[in-house]
Order: sequence, then structure tokens, then C-alpha cells
Amino acid sequence: MRYVRGAAIAFLLVTTVACLFANVIAPEGYAHQFRELPNAAPSRQHLLGTDDLGRDRFSRVLYGTRVSLVLAPAAALLASLLAALIGGTAGFLGGWFERCAMAATDLFLSLPWLFLLITVRALLPLNVSPFISVVITFALLGCLGWAAGARVLCADARAIAQSDFILLARATGISRVRLLWRHLIPNLKPVLEAQFWIAIPVFILTEANLGLLGLGVAEPMPSWGSLLRELENFSNLPAQPWLFVPLIMLVLVVSSFDLVLSKEELLI
Amino acid sequence: MKHRLTRMLVLLAMMGAAVVHAQSGGELRFCLYSEPKTFNPLLTADDPSETIRYLTGGVLMRLNRMTQQLEPELATSWKVSKDGRTITFKLRDGLRFSDGTPFSANDVAFTIEQLMDPALHSPTGDMFRSGEGRVQVRVLSPNRVSATFPAPIAGMDKLFDAVAIMSSKSPQKEMAVLGPFYVAENKAGAYIRLQRNPNYWKRDSGGHQLPYITSIRLDIQQNRDIEMLRLTRGEIDFVNAISPEYYDKLVSQNASMVHDAGVGLDSEFMWFNQVSNAPIEGYKKQWFTSTNFRRAISEAINRADMARIAFRGHAQPGIGPLSPANKFWFNAKLQPHPFDQKSALQRLSQDGFQLRDGVLRDRSGHRVEFSVITNSGNKYRERMATMIQQDLAGIGIKLNVVTLDFPSLIERMTRTFNYEACLLGFVNDDLDPNAQMNVWLSSAKNHQWNPSEKTPATAWEAEIDRLMRAQASTLDVKKRKQYYDKVQEIVWQQEPFIYLINKDSLSAVSPTLHNAHPVVLRPQVYWNIDQLSLNTEVAKNR
Repeated sequence: MRYVRGAAIAFLLVTTVACLFANVIAPEGYAHQFRELPNAAPSRQHLLGTDDLGRDRFSRVLYGTRVSLVLAPAAALLASLLAALIGGTAGFLGGWFERCAMAATDLFLSLPWLFLLITVRALLPLNVSPFISVVITFALLGCLGWAAGARVLCADARAIAQSDFILLARATGISRVRLLWRHLIPNLKPVLEAQFWIAIPVFILTEANLGLLGLGVAEPMPSWGSLLRELENFSNLPAQPWLFVPLIMLVLVVSSFDLVLSKEELLI
Repeated sequence: MKHRLTRMLVLLAMMGAAVVHAQSGGELRFCLYSEPKTFNPLLTADDPSETIRYLTGGVLMRLNRMTQQLEPELATSWKVSKDGRTITFKLRDGLRFSDGTPFSANDVAFTIEQLMDPALHSPTGDMFRSGEGRVQVRVLSPNRVSATFPAPIAGMDKLFDAVAIMSSKSPQKEMAVLGPFYVAENKAGAYIRLQRNPNYWKRDSGGHQLPYITSIRLDIQQNRDIEMLRLTRGEIDFVNAISPEYYDKLVSQNASMVHDAGVGLDSEFMWFNQVSNAPIEGYKKQWFTSTNFRRAISEAINRADMARIAFRGHAQPGIGPLSPANKFWFNAKLQPHPFDQKSALQRLSQDGFQLRDGVLRDRSGHRVEFSVITNSGNKYRERMATMIQQDLAGIGIKLNVVTLDFPSLIERMTRTFNYEACLLGFVNDDLDPNAQMNVWLSSAKNHQWNPSEKTPATAWEAEIDRLMRAQASTLDVKKRKQYYDKVQEIVWQQEPFIYLINKDSLSAVSPTLHNAHPVVLRPQVYWNIDQLSLNTEVAKNR
């Protein structure tokens, strides 16, 4: 298992580095349309061929992976922090605050995510650049994806708040803020980390779902969702196996994120 | 001698064809994308219901989908009065409905009265509602009937192509039909089976009763991929409309299966929001209301590339409100706007725009940047928008493409007007320009660039209003054509809609189906359903 975890971390590192240097590695810009070469097969010039508008697929996979690999962790961090703030505080304070916070969490969990995202996205301003649209999409994911983590963190914070060492700390007359900062948050860190790593593949897949519906990242910027749309025409796939590359990348990256967590962290 | 030999060969071929047809029979199979909402031919509004109506309904006259000319059916002749309000039909004698009930002028009168009954809310009837008041139907004799409408209806006779005559006496009501087939079985959610109408009146040149096919099975199948798979397996006989991707794929498998009937009636276009109180910046409103700006954008778009790449060559550059497929009404003097970015920049410079360091700025220094919305999930529109994005970048314009779910798109287009440009398409079934009144009149709701204007915002819109009203109020077809030609010219010059593409009409037909000649008008493949026949082998096994 240790080796698998190591391999997953190594794969993520290599992929991340490759994507961060996409502008050096990629042979072409992701948006440039080679209109004389639409749907071209792989060649020296275009390693994974071109898409239906003649754009270099290899470059688009690199840039699309960068979008997901950089912004999904950012969204996961935002969601984890919100979860910690709402869930942690609710578990620590208890009483009516906990009840209200958990009611809000349940409400968030009961909402149909995808529809909510589509609705919120439709209300956003139209005149934004593709880059800002990417940031908005992932920020939305982060803002809407805290609820599941908040429940876990609330339960954990409640258990810690009722533990003996907290009781002892309280007995010494420590202030609430210090109690929170010195004792609660450090003990919530492992759970928070686990929530962060779990959230990354969830957000990657959610963006891919939105992209598949044509509601993800705006053109011409690529993302895994928009790249996966090429698989819609499944009858062409046996003749064009290179179209599977974005899917393979997605599966490998999502699996790697899951494998990054040790057995103990997963149990938490 | 040579002529005699040719004639003999033709005669032999016809005799052979007649033998094949006489023996045809069998079951024709194809797919509907959803269940028909109604079997009442007067209430059809969805595609599947219209398919059933076409296959089962007997009409007074039929628009020949190939020649685009009206041909007599249940009516042997008809006459429209000079005031354009009254139409008189002379009917065929001795016809019977599928259940054996005799057909007479009373049935035509009954159908027209039903059609125009306000309580029925018939979408077909709406086409005949040109003014306030009731229709007066008079049975002149058992085979002559006339209908007088409250106001003149231009192109009235062609509208009867969509009116299936119902029986006034049959206990089966709308299920008793005069068309080639009747509904024999309806298995909800699975299939509908139509059976040959034993009383169908048409015969072929050899005296053999039509249709050749015994029955039709219409499978309800939403998934287009499965539909295509079933076609290639020989489980269904045709697909009425296929995508360019499937067309190319089938060409590589069996080129004889696919048909490109040429440019169709549907168009794809974009427009700028010119609504005066739309929540967009004032300087952008100035851009969008400028003819020079709209024409420059139009010239900067490479339509030929769009047709070649986004539609794989199965489309033609758009010209105007009508495509060349509309043989009579299309203004043949018009040509597509050429792709000419130099000319586009010249036009823009007339309005004070300047290209500096690859960025186009207006007179006040604002960077030219706007967004175009389109519906998500339509890959052709998304491709077109992305191509426009690159084309406009060539003249320093930044275009942001935004795909929205359809309800949000409609909300912005019709209620909040919170958008800058929109890319959509127009599905056109009707050849007559009257069908487009709700688009071109400045007071109309579907006058998308500036809907429901109280008074025309521009002189050219006022002129279009005048011409559209003039063509609708005269019965002289030549005059109507002149008026509508002028409308097309104004639209071409002013470009409130920037027409981009007219898609080709593509279909796939199994080689086992004979006498299929796909056309651009709906229903593309089975417009001559009573003439279609199946390969003897296939017919035997079904």
C-alpha cells in the first residue's frame, strides 16, 4: 500500500509540474484553431491529434489538467475552511448554535448540487474572461461544497469539546478563543486534512459533470469536462482511441488523490 | 428505332417496378423521439403527433415536398375568392374513411368548424385566424363546400396541407381517417403500429391500390446513437434527420445509405440586443444599434470555414431570412456576406473605431468586448461561437462565449434583456413568409433584437412593417413576392440578424427501402409514404 501511495504522490507531482509548465511543454496554444486540420489523427506536430475545430489536443489536455489540478485544490481548501468554521464552531459551542448550523448544513446537503450550480452560474455576469469564469466555477464549487465536511467536523469538534483534556483546560479558566485556537483546532487538523483530500476529486468530477453539460469552463479555455465531451460520440471511439486520453488522465488523477490518504486518515 | 427501344426498356422497367410494388407489403419501421401527445390531427403541436397526422390524415390538398407545388388530394379543385376570405372546394366522389364511413362535404365543414372553434385551441387553426369573427362554412352540394373567414388570409390554400379531414359521423371520431394508414395499436412508451387503410383512395399507374407497405411500426426511441445502431443493423428502415458526424460515419460504412438533399430551411444566426432599456452600458447600445458595427461583425465572420468545420461541409453560408431551399420566396439576387476583415475594419473606422496594438477601441477609448450567449449542450452552436471568437479576435474584438441552460437563456432573451448578443437557430417548416410575421413586425414578441416596440425604432423597421403588412393583405402572389424580396434586401443590408449558416438536410435510408427520395422539407424521407415499398426479402420477413 505504501508503494501505491508513493506512486500516486509521484504521479500527481509529475502531472502537476507538467501542467504548471504547460506553456513551455505544449507545442501550441490551447485556443489556436488550425482550420485546415480539424479532427486530425495524432502526428508529430499534434501528438494527440486535433479536436473538431483543429485545436491541438495535447496542448488542451495539458492546459485542461492545469485548470483542474490547480483550482480543484483551491476550491477544496475553501470548502474545508468553511466546513471547519461552521462545523467546528457548531460542535464546539453546541446548543442552539449547533442546531441552527446543522439545520443549515442539512439544507445544503438536501439541495440538488448540480441544479443549484447551474442556477447560480446563470445569474452570474456574462462579460467575464474565460480565466475568471474558471475561477468563478471553482469558487462556486468551494462555496457550495462545505456541508458534508461540516457535519464530520461538527461531530468531531463535539467529541473533543466533551473530552477530559478540554474539561481540564476549562477548569484552569482558559478563555474560549484560546481554547479554540490552542486545543480544538490542532486536534481537528487530521480530519480537516482528510476532508481536504477527499474534496479535491469530488470537485474535479463536479466540474467535469458541468463541462459535459456544456456549463463548465467557458470557451476557449479547456477543462476535463469540455475535453470529455468528445467522448459523447461513442461510435467513433474505436477508430480514435486517443480521445480516451482525457478520461484516462481524469481516472488516474482522481484515483491518485484517493490513494494519497493513508488507511488511518481514511478511517478518520 | 433507338427511341422505340428506349421506350420499351422504360415500359419494362415500370412493369418490373409495378410487380415489385404489387408484391411489396411488409412492415416499415422507424423511430419517434417521444410519444405523440395527441392523435387528434387538429391539436398537433409536437413532432411525433405531426408524424402521425401526416401518415394517417387525408388532406384536401398536399404540398408536394419535392416540387414545392400544391397538388389536389381529397379536393379535385379549389378556388380562392378575390377578397381572399373565401375558399371553395370541389371534392372527390365515392371516398370512404378507414372505418367505412362515407366521405362528403359535411365532413369538410365539420373539420373546418372544429378547427376554428376557439374552445378547441387548435394550433393548426391559429394559422387561419387573421381577424376577429367566426368562420362561415357552407355545404353547397354533397361534393362542394366553401369556407369564408372573417379576414383575408394570404396563401390560404397552402395552409390546408396541415388540415386532416375528420369524419362528422364515424363513432371512431379522429381515429377514422382518410390517409394511407390508420392507428391500429398504441403501446404506450414502446411503439405505435399503423395499418394500411383498406379504403385509401389512391392507386398507382398500374391500378394497384396504395400504399404498398402493409404496416408501419414507430418505435419510441430517444437515444439517437441507438437509433443509428438499429439502422445499421437493419432493424429500422430510415432516420429522417441525421447529424453531419453520423453522415460522415455512414459514408465510410455504406455510402448508398446516406442522402444530402442540399441546403435546408433551418438557419443559425446571431443578433445584438438593441432593446432601449436593456441593462447594458450605453456605449455598447450605441455599437449594437449601428448598422456599420453589425455589418462589420458580419464581414469579419468566416462563414465558409464555419460550414466546412462546424458542420463538416454539410451547410451553406447563411444569406438572409430564407434559405435558397425555399424555391419561390427566396430572393435570388442576394449573396452571402463575404469574409473580408479589411472591409470590416473600414466600416468600423467610419464609426470612429480604431485598431491599436491588436485591440479595437471605440471613439471614447472603450475596448470592444462583448459576450454572446447560446444554449448549452448544442455542440454546433458552441463550435460556431468559438470560431466567431477567433474570427473577431482578428479585428481586435474580444468575444466572451457564455453557454446557458435553455430556461436561463429564454429568461434573459425575453424578460430581463440582460445580454449583449445571442446565437440561436430558427427551425422553419413553413415556406410562406406569413409564418414569419411574428418575427419581422416591430410590435411582435419574437422581434428578438428589440421585441414589442410601441412604434418602430428605426426607419428601416417601419419599412419592413409596411412591406410585411402589404404582402399579407394582397392575394397577388407576384406582388407578395416583390414585397418580401424587398424585406429580404433590407434585412441583408441592416443585419438585425446576422445569418451565419443554413444547414443541409441529411438523412439515412436503408437500401431495402425503395422509392425514397429525401427532400429538404419535413418529413424528409417519408413525404411520399404511399409510394414507398420494401425489398421483397425484407417484406416477407416482417
